[in-house]
Amino acid sequence: MDPECSQLLPALCAVLADPRQPVADDTCLEKLLDWFKTITEAGSSLQLLQENPCLVELLCHVLKPQGLSARVLSFSLHLAGVFAAQESCFQYLQQAELLPGLFGEAGPLGQAAWSAPTVRSGWIQGLRSLAQHPSALPFLADCGTLDTIFSLQGDSSLFVASAAGQLLVHILGLSLQGPAEGPPSPQACDWPVCAQKIVGHIEGSLRSMATPQVTQALNVLTTTFGHCHGPWMQVLWERLSPLVACLLQEDPLPAAHSLVDLLLSVARSPVLSSSDCGLWETLAQTLRRLSPAQAGPLALGILKLQDCPQALRAQAFGVLLQPLACVLTAADQAPGPPGLPEGTTGDSVTVDTLLSSKSACAGLLCQTLAHLELLQPLPQRPSPWPQAPLLGAAVTILRFCNGSAAPASDVGGRLCAILAGCVRVQRAALDFLGALAQETGPQELVTQVSAVLLEYLRSPDSSPTVLKKAFQATLRWLLSSPRAPGCCDLDPDTQLFLRELLPVLRKRLCSPCWEVRDSGLEFLTQVTRHWGGQAGFRHALLASEVPELAEQLLRDPESYVRASAVTAVGQLSSQGLHATAASPEQLGGQKESLLAELLHVLSTDSEGFPRRAAMQVFTEWLRDRHADVAEDTEQFVARVLQAASRDLDWEVRAQGLELALVFLAQTLGQPSARCPYAVAAPQATPPGPLAQALRALSRVRLFEFAFRALFDCDRPVAQKSCDLLLFLRAQATPSGGLQEAEGSPDVVPVEAALQRWRAGEQGEPLGDLEPEAVLAVLRSLDLEGLRGALAESSDHVEKSPQSLLQDMLATVGVRGENQADCY
Amino acid sequence: MKLYCLSGHPTLPCNVLKFKSTTIMLDCGLDMTSTLNFLPLPLVQSPRLSNLPGWSLKDGNAFLDKELKECSGHVFVDSVPEFCLPETELIDLSTVDVILISNYHCMMALPYITEHTGFTGTVYATEPTVQIGRLLMEELVNFIERVPKAQSASLWKNKDIQRLLPSPLKDAVEVSTWRRCYTMQEVNSALSKIQLVGYSQKIELFGAVQVTPLSSGYALGSSNWIIQSHYEKVSYVSGSSLLTTHPQPMDQASLKNSDVLVLTGLTQIPTANPDGMVGEFCSNLALTVRNGGNVLVPCYPSGVIYDLLECLYQYIDSAGLSNIPFYFISPVANSSLEFSQIFAEWLCHNKQTKVYLPEPPFPHAELIQTNKLRHYPSIHGDFSNDFRQPCVVFTGHPSLRFGDVVHFMELWGKSSLNTVIFTEPDFSYLEALAPYQPLAMKCIYCPIDTRLNFIQVSKLLKEVQPLHVVCPEQYTQPPPAQSHRMDLMIDCQPPAMSYRRAEVLALPFKRLFEKIEIMPELADSLVPMEIKPGISLATVSAVLHTKDNKHVLQPPPRPAPPTSGKKRKRASEDIPDCKVLKPLLSGSIPVEQFVQTLEKHGFSDVKVEDTAKGHIVLLQEAETLIQIEEDSTHIICDNDEMLRVRLRDLVLKFLQKF
Repeated sequence: MDPECSQLLPALCAVLADPRQPVADDTCLEKLLDWFKTITEAGSSLQLLQENPCLVELLCHVLKPQGLSARVLSFSLHLAGVFAAQESCFQYLQQAELLPGLFGEAGPLGQAAWSAPTVRSGWIQGLRSLAQHPSALPFLADCGTLDTIFSLQGDSSLFVASAAGQLLVHILGLSLQGPAEGPPSPQACDWPVCAQKIVGHIEGSLRSMATPQVTQALNVLTTTFGHCHGPWMQVLWERLSPLVACLLQEDPLPAAHSLVDLLLSVARSPVLSSSDCGLWETLAQTLRRLSPAQAGPLALGILKLQDCPQALRAQAFGVLLQPLACVLTAADQAPGPPGLPEGTTGDSVTVDTLLSSKSACAGLLCQTLAHLELLQPLPQRPSPWPQAPLLGAAVTILRFCNGSAAPASDVGGRLCAILAGCVRVQRAALDFLGALAQETGPQELVTQVSAVLLEYLRSPDSSPTVLKKAFQATLRWLLSSPRAPGCCDLDPDTQLFLRELLPVLRKRLCSPCWEVRDSGLEFLTQVTRHWGGQAGFRHALLASEVPELAEQLLRDPESYVRASAVTAVGQLSSQGLHATAASPEQLGGQKESLLAELLHVLSTDSEGFPRRAAMQVFTEWLRDRHADVAEDTEQFVARVLQAASRDLDWEVRAQGLELALVFLAQTLGQPSARCPYAVAAPQATPPGPLAQALRALSRVRLFEFAFRALFDCDRPVAQKSCDLLLFLRAQATPSGGLQEAEGSPDVVPVEAALQRWRAGEQGEPLGDLEPEAVLAVLRSLDLEGLRGALAESSDHVEKSPQSLLQDMLATVGVRGENQADCY
Repeated sequence: MKLYCLSGHPTLPCNVLKFKSTTIMLDCGLDMTSTLNFLPLPLVQSPRLSNLPGWSLKDGNAFLDKELKECSGHVFVDSVPEFCLPETELIDLSTVDVILISNYHCMMALPYITEHTGFTGTVYATEPTVQIGRLLMEELVNFIERVPKAQSASLWKNKDIQRLLPSPLKDAVEVSTWRRCYTMQEVNSALSKIQLVGYSQKIELFGAVQVTPLSSGYALGSSNWIIQSHYEKVSYVSGSSLLTTHPQPMDQASLKNSDVLVLTGLTQIPTANPDGMVGEFCSNLALTVRNGGNVLVPCYPSGVIYDLLECLYQYIDSAGLSNIPFYFISPVANSSLEFSQIFAEWLCHNKQTKVYLPEPPFPHAELIQTNKLRHYPSIHGDFSNDFRQPCVVFTGHPSLRFGDVVHFMELWGKSSLNTVIFTEPDFSYLEALAPYQPLAMKCIYCPIDTRLNFIQVSKLLKEVQPLHVVCPEQYTQPPPAQSHRMDLMIDCQPPAMSYRRAEVLALPFKRLFEKIEIMPELADSLVPMEIKPGISLATVSAVLHTKDNKHVLQPPPRPAPPTSGKKRKRASEDIPDCKVLKPLLSGSIPVEQFVQTLEKHGFSDVKVEDTAKGHIVLLQEAETLIQIEEDSTHIICDNDEMLRVRLRDLVLKFLQKF
């Protein structure tokens, strides 16, 4: 600890120990704790206490009745734990009889302050910090501490309860990892006292069959198996698994969710998965025993396991597919759903759940669809993957939801009534359908998918969120559609689909609901990005009115829509699909007008999103050497940078630097714009072209833009500028000192301007800069130092412990003054 | 209690409720779908319509060719359009005491009832209902009267001939009762019989029942009605909406605890969500206009049009339609737009608060001010000078059989650039378009019906929990075209009772109680006796006085004071001595204990039989039967009065007397 802090510490401890001086801010105490933790991690706690006796005095205050406020009490308990984490200091505090006082019956535990959750939390945190060495174990075992922790598991404060559970896990781990060599004996009497007590408590809780106790015990075990990996885990599981199995006999099953978590945690534990320990049988039994909604997460967990018996995987997959099997049966005339793994039929329990209420039905279906969506991309997913029935189920669910399915049975009729118009299920099914696009299916089903997607896109009843999902799913299916054999264009089915889709998109772009217009534009952007080069797509798009509508939406009243329109139009234009590109006679004039229009957006739009989108489009255009830009790149860059430099939105300015960087890379002849910061191996650029290039940069006022940004009040902008200038310096002065020889350029006006900008003034524009002067300034600037400073978080100056102590004292001081004023 | 169902149209109801000596007509809807069988009435001479070929029978007989014309495979009656009236034969309508109107769409048959059936009662309706109802009637009369048609076809209605006609004429029902439109004079006379009411106002009908209108949320001034006596409550729900459009929100709470809830006027398009339809409307409108086409919106002059204009007000700028003129053409366009702005108290909260700013509650005022919306009484006159295309025209009538809309259909029907957008759900758009075929114009069907859908109904019923629900039969099964949609019907317990046209329904509850008042001086004389904790009884001797359906117990007339001997004698002759009153009995007889008592008193061989209503105690030796039922006990023995009295006394031991 530095001497300044040591000096401040006694005053602070006095303040903390004074109940009349309340601490205003919890976060100060948290920061203080963090600071003490870093100090104790770096050095000896014992020495710290000996050098700063005020700390021990503060801890002694805890022992006095009504000594401290709840916050300070909690802080002190936690602090004591932090100190006692080191064995020497633990002994020291033990000898001073401080620890039993703080954490035993005599301490806050028996006082009124115990009713404050923050005190209980501090007590637990203190013990959690303290329990780091085996000598702490007798302390924990002796003075009734464990019993208190057991009772805190059911605390009214969830934070306290959860921390108590974690503390038990920690103590159990500590005691069983102890000095004993090899796996502990299965005989309980050989285990350390702490472990015996904890395991005994867990056993008692599991036997009690009362849901809260069972839940607590299961949660502790779940965490234990998730975090501890010692060989004793196996012994522990062998001892406890019969009790867990007993739970399965109960009706109703207590704490089903926690049980699922535990079983999965055990199954994932590397210690246990190699040996069976009857786990697989328990899992299989649990799958049979749980209700459909409870079994879903367990089934997914089992299927995600790396190695697990095939029979169990098949059972789990069957459970997961149950609800979809019910749906397929309900809709189909056929006796059983074709293509699903054998044994997967809609059982009556699942059917009952689906029909019990709207929320239960929607909940189960959404959960099932989400689980299958998660499973689908995994390498360990079941094989063969029943793509066709899953597609069929997704389509059927969507048809039930929009009322177009023809139910084959009474169950189907009731499902139809329950699901009609259910937005939640519609969204989940569309997501799932989109995920299934990774693979194809039988042509008949793919046609059905296209049809149902079109139904949803067309239907006026589709809510905006459903429509968005429908667009996303459509995009995924479109992009996965096969190319026609022998040519690179779209296959006839896709072309047909597009012909139906584009009028729908056209109508959606005219929707009075802005979310719908926005989703439509996003879809247009994506599909154009991927298919802009396909003749079939180009032809269909240009024949539709969609490009014109997209351009019209540049003037939409909603800023999000304008932003999406900017991106869409930019993308269309990049691909030569811009509305007016179709009429060659107007080519020149109209092209200019789109650039002008986007520049207009950049310089006048009142909202940030469209301006950011415009900058992104410009950057992309420059990078791709878009025809409009290539005509007069310098003028384009100059205009964009000028607009960006005045922008109030830092993201626009940062994007401006991105564009500047692209220009820089293009001008200085660095072909790999992909990694512009790679300054390691700069190529020597011949001086002649370099000077020309620098003059070009000067003409577009790139230097001024970058220098100004260097002192931007928003850190990301300054950082980006710093990177850009470092890159420039590395590119422009490869061998060092090349330009220096050519005389001394006049750097005074540049440095004066830099001074002004650093001071936060706006200042006059610099005018044309001599490249030499710029390089000289670049060399003189400590860009590396600046980059280092910017990389620190913005409060690094204020974060020093000294300032923390000063702040805390100052707030107390102010309070004192105020009190004096009052009297 | 009976319900007479005079209309088969679920959203244009006309029912008569007989309840406690009152006869109440609930709504007076006019089914105008009959007009779809007629040729349109063109405002400007239409060569196409006047040159349609006459229809002849299969055998070539052409005696009907003056009355029936053929157009694109459909046959239409070439005559003044006629309407299908509510049933007039099922009940003598002159006995109807009052007519309750729930909204302006449900009063269009009023002149036929009040002017031609001997009706002498009163009609109750809210002010906006009457004013806007008047506008609708005025528009209807105007549309039909301004195109006088000499011909009135009646030959085809002959039953023997009708059988030979093609569908749908062949299947048209009750054609003999179809009537031409009423006159303005009849409208005025009918409307003069209306008494205005406000929401939650309680109106006494002959002291027997009380009727109260409640806001139904569907249209300006639209109401549901509560009809209640002291112990019974009937709710009449007709055309209600839970959507936040312009009217005051629906009052659901007051519908609770109904014995019977008559439910009519649900949405006609249960699968179409109004929000989605408005979106569809706007998108199609914008697409058409962008391509230089015109948009025709056949509509009523009031109602959804206010919401559409409000929606367009927000939409036109975003869609770049600021320069497109919107025309609203109706003989009552001006009144409708202005009326809507003055009924502030009938509007939803948002619109009400605007009035205090002060601002017009509807934004169409601003559309008119900025010249974006213009209104004209008809296509003649100023409109022809201002008319600019492309444009959007709102005009009537949604049936496309009369009104200015006929002209625009003829004018724009040939170009595929133009679009007709159907927003009113009352008419099948395909049938409406039939006489204009072949048609190049695009047709968009986005019916906007804000009335309750089945999900909302099911929530409503769960909340208000009526004992019985009565509704048109159409609501008790899925729509014929979507027979698998079990969600598109009323689902309640007990199942709803359904009715159809010309049916009489006995409503499933009996009246059990009647309220009787006791005069204070009589009440003073009562001496209550507590027979159970919290329950006291007293005997009352009084005269029941009934007048105007109110019942009052008055003290009995006192015997005149004895003055002279003669008089006393006469007095004693006049007023017979009151017999000593037998005590009143109460309580129930515990059979087991009663049997024990019998045995204790020497009756052996006692047998007990359970019956549906109670028990029979058999004394076999004495050949005696004691019948114990909930409200009576009979001792049947053979001429043994002594035994009967003994048994009676034993019975009485178990009962309380006072």
